[in-house]
Amino acid sequence: MNTFLSMLPGSLMVAAPIIICALGGLLSERSGITNIALEGIMTVGAFVSAALLFYLEKVPGFGSGLGCWVAVLAGAFGGMLFSTLLAIAAIRYKSDQTIAGAALNMLSVALCIYISQILFGHQRTDTFTTGITRIKKVPLLGDIPIIGPLLFQGINPTIYVAVVLVVIVWFVVFKTRFGLRLRSCGENPQASASLGVKVEKIRTIAVLASGFLGGMAGALMVLTTDTQFTASSIHGMGFISLAALIFGKWQPFGALGAGIFFGFAQQLGVYANMIPLLNQLPSEFFHAIPYVITIIALVLFSSKAVGPRAAGQIYDPGQR
Amino acid sequence: MISLKEKRWIPFLAVILGLVAGTLIVILSGRSPLIMFATFIKAGTGIDLLKGGTFNPRLVGEFLVTTMPILMGGLSISFAYRTGLFNIGAEGQIIAGGVAAIGAGFFIPIDNQFIHSTICVLAGCLAGALWGLIPGLLKARFNVHEVVVGIMLNYTAMYSANWLYKQMPLNQMTRTENVPVSATLNVDFLRQLTNNSRLHLGFIHVIIALFLFWLIIEKTSFGYQLRATGFNKEGARFAGIKVKRNLVYSLMIAGAFAGLGGALLTLGTYGYGRVITAFDNVGFDGISVALVGGCTMLGNLFAGLLFGLMKVAQPALQIASIPKEIGDIISSLIVLLVALQYAIVLYRNKIRDWFKKARGQK
Amino acid sequence: METVIEMKGITKQFPGILANDSIDLEVTKGSIHALLGENGAGKSTLMSILFGLIQPDSGNIKINGQEVKITDPNVATRLGIGMVHQHFKLVHNFTVTQNIILGAEPCKQFGIVDLKQGTKKIRELCKSFHLEVDPEALIEDISVGQQQRTEILKMLYREAEILVFDEPTAVLTPQEVEDLMKILRSLAASGKTVVLITHKLKEIKAVADVVTILRRGKVEGTYKVSEINEKEMAAKMVGRQVQFAAHKKAQKAGDTILQVENLTVLDGRGIERVKGISFDLHKGEILGIAGIDGNGQDELVYAITGLLPVKSGRILLNGEDITELPVKNRFEAGLGHVPSDRHRHGLILDFLLKENFIIHAYNSDFAKHGLLDEATINQKADQLIEEFDVRASLGRQTITRNMSGGNQQKAIVAREIDRSPELLIIVQPTRGLDVGAIEYIHSRILEQRENQKAILLVSFELDEILALCDRILVMANGEISGEKKASQTDEKQLGLLMLGHKSGETYDQP
Repeated sequence: MNTFLSMLPGSLMVAAPIIICALGGLLSERSGITNIALEGIMTVGAFVSAALLFYLEKVPGFGSGLGCWVAVLAGAFGGMLFSTLLAIAAIRYKSDQTIAGAALNMLSVALCIYISQILFGHQRTDTFTTGITRIKKVPLLGDIPIIGPLLFQGINPTIYVAVVLVVIVWFVVFKTRFGLRLRSCGENPQASASLGVKVEKIRTIAVLASGFLGGMAGALMVLTTDTQFTASSIHGMGFISLAALIFGKWQPFGALGAGIFFGFAQQLGVYANMIPLLNQLPSEFFHAIPYVITIIALVLFSSKAVGPRAAGQIYDPGQR
Repeated sequence: MISLKEKRWIPFLAVILGLVAGTLIVILSGRSPLIMFATFIKAGTGIDLLKGGTFNPRLVGEFLVTTMPILMGGLSISFAYRTGLFNIGAEGQIIAGGVAAIGAGFFIPIDNQFIHSTICVLAGCLAGALWGLIPGLLKARFNVHEVVVGIMLNYTAMYSANWLYKQMPLNQMTRTENVPVSATLNVDFLRQLTNNSRLHLGFIHVIIALFLFWLIIEKTSFGYQLRATGFNKEGARFAGIKVKRNLVYSLMIAGAFAGLGGALLTLGTYGYGRVITAFDNVGFDGISVALVGGCTMLGNLFAGLLFGLMKVAQPALQIASIPKEIGDIISSLIVLLVALQYAIVLYRNKIRDWFKKARGQK
Repeated sequence: METVIEMKGITKQFPGILANDSIDLEVTKGSIHALLGENGAGKSTLMSILFGLIQPDSGNIKINGQEVKITDPNVATRLGIGMVHQHFKLVHNFTVTQNIILGAEPCKQFGIVDLKQGTKKIRELCKSFHLEVDPEALIEDISVGQQQRTEILKMLYREAEILVFDEPTAVLTPQEVEDLMKILRSLAASGKTVVLITHKLKEIKAVADVVTILRRGKVEGTYKVSEINEKEMAAKMVGRQVQFAAHKKAQKAGDTILQVENLTVLDGRGIERVKGISFDLHKGEILGIAGIDGNGQDELVYAITGLLPVKSGRILLNGEDITELPVKNRFEAGLGHVPSDRHRHGLILDFLLKENFIIHAYNSDFAKHGLLDEATINQKADQLIEEFDVRASLGRQTITRNMSGGNQQKAIVAREIDRSPELLIIVQPTRGLDVGAIEYIHSRILEQRENQKAILLVSFELDEILALCDRILVMANGEISGEKKASQTDEKQLGLLMLGHKSGETYDQP
């Protein structure tokens, strides 16, 4: 139990970017655009925030706290900017979404490292010193018995951001007019268009929002677990997010659960040697868990198609 | 609709536009594009224009060494694509092939290099095929999309392979001992011929693979079924073609091609197994090769050489103080441009109309 | 009598075809106005122009006396024009209400959708127009008829005054057709204007006030339905007396080729579509399956050809039980199949023509040791092209997609007939073809009959069935509602059987 408790903060820290990026994927896929490029979007977000933070730290007033959150925001906008490429390719010019996404993933790392080389002279950004750190205790909430010490003391605040975003995304997707239209575009864009819904506009907004969230996730990832951006800063977290999205059945709270679960699985790899039985297993086993579980989940879900029906298909308004 | 005729020249245009974009990026970052192109030429032909046209055969050897696995990745993606499948899992199949080949190298004691290395290569093919069998079966049996399964299997392969390598004789934590020479594809003759490059016998396997790809897809009745399935699944089913079985076979054969690529990488290029924390991207480069090559045998060959060049030139670029990632940037831009074929045709037509109008006004 | 729609001189040219040739159309408020014409006569093009999906090359449109430019469907909606498409545009996992309000959602503050208010309004609409559908049901759980009502409600919700129905009965059961006719009448009675696109004469007789007949992109005439009979309408529609030039020779049917015994088939969703059907088919006989689309014909054909599993019953070909055989083995056992959808099922459109010819024998007649035998393939292709007059710009090397529909169909017929199958199953062989191609295909089918082959012809066109068949089975709701000799029946009697009246003949003489 003690081991479990000591794993919790770390698990939630890893889970936060997975959840946020999965939410981005959710918006994109619910609108009908498969977003394989999440990995690349996270990479760009991580790079932008890490590079900016390095410079910001030299600016008086941005040294602690503020600078990090400015960098996160910048990372989010960086991701959004990068996702416009996907929007242009997949929506405006009807490219194959998988291929465009794969190309963007390759481009992202190359571009970020290239710029690092130009700016910093080596294949990574220079190190920043602050980063986002755990808060000792959340006022009021931290005083609640049992739950307080567990969830509101010594926890990295990024998970709170993730939970708030889950609620926001859930609300937008399932309660608002925009959400209804978004979901209709992901299921049957021809139906949406016949009722005057601007499919391409909605999808563009969704992809850009997904870029924003993906970029933010990348930024949080690098600012919580690293001190600089390198080619392996994201190391498949974008794809884990995709897995969390699928494992969470394309539902915001599902993504939350799946994200925490995957975060836990990752931490288990670190803590396994302290746990009897589990210490017999190699760390690679824990790294592979999210991916294997997602494949199993896909098989289990397969009898009932749960993903958005039109996701990945090219929408051509000319074809009726 | 984009006609077939247009589809043929789109890759050429994409390559040119990709190179132009890369040139612009290099200029914008204050480096010399001339040096970049000279480096590309040097890496591709061994002739160094900046040093008065001196020739170094080692560079040609290295160029081929780098190209071969990428080309196999391309064949793997292409084979599946002709059946209507997107084998994004090639990366994992390459890893599976690599680890199986090394395993066979360590644990099957045969002294004859021809026999031993052939067994190792075949073990690689088999492992790749089995790794391709998984998404194939899941697709056929449960209709699970091969792209998502493929992505997940890539990581699963990486971590599994890392663990397997750690069970083999280790040199450091990040690599195994060298496999016995009998298992490798290296021969002194090729090394001497190319001024000590890593060029190995794998080129023979690649030529055989290219031939088999062409023969199976274009010339056999089995390939006919696969192509029919790729163009129109329902139509194939109506004609009595066993679509699901073909999907499985197709991904297995694609996996075998990728597995061969992995074996060439471990048995030829390195001679040992590596514990990796990030992908080599050989499979993802294969996507580029297949797309630009139009999934044909000849197209793959040329595109493979192109992307091999973009890869092998990187260390030399870095030495010439051009960040080596420019090679990857150009490669990915080319792929993006091929994906944007609709836009390319659109703007070509616009430009053509504009010229026509301009001429009409005169 | 107010004129609500006035279209004048509408012309629309598509590559290779003049779809609308200066068409004039006037529709009176509160009427049911039918647009009658064969496939390709220009009805759908005209209505797509009215709904803003297509822009005309010339001509103008007045709605309620105002000249308008309908640039897209939103403009049409604003003008009070609504359209029920042939293929419903519904989101399968949304509720009826969500589908209806999409794009015009009632909202509380912050853009929150007010589902309650939407549901309430829809219930009211259901009541006042006698539409039975549960607003809170999911689309995937309700019947096709209810889905169509959802489409109608979409328009009523948007307060459309003009409602266009594109072939609305094609997908309905006879009972649902009845209901739809009632709905149409109640819509007109409440002052809405209904435009009905159809090629079914009975429906026009049943509900329409006025009919405008189109032929080859031109208006053939506009008539009061009460002043024109079905035969006259048919003649105007096709431009000549309806009679296919098929001359059957009298001949005796031979041995039994196909036996279907108590066949029950479920469709992909597990719904029973064929309910315990039995029949025989003999050498030298053409057996027709008549019926309205969607009454189990597809499932019957798929079961015989091996594309759908059989739930119970047996299928015997030449006395051999083929019920469990895979598709390919059935073809080898002497079955030929000309499917209804040649683009999806009959051809691989991206293949070369010659590659399409060998799709049944790519690994037997046209292969040696697993390698394709190019010489034999080319020879066969040239022979079929010559023999069946298949026209393709590059001959056997033509990409099939680039051929005309008629020539594509000829290619399929050539391939199937050339294999000389004992049993030839032909579904909708002349859909969308021009008269020349139709006559050619018909003559080829009759030739097979003379060659003592057994032919199962499934068609929704009664005149095609009557002209070609020896015997006719009528399918309604998955059952055989009647069997007639072609020489002893007519459209009227078959029509009643198609509606499921099992006692077709007695109904005829009350």
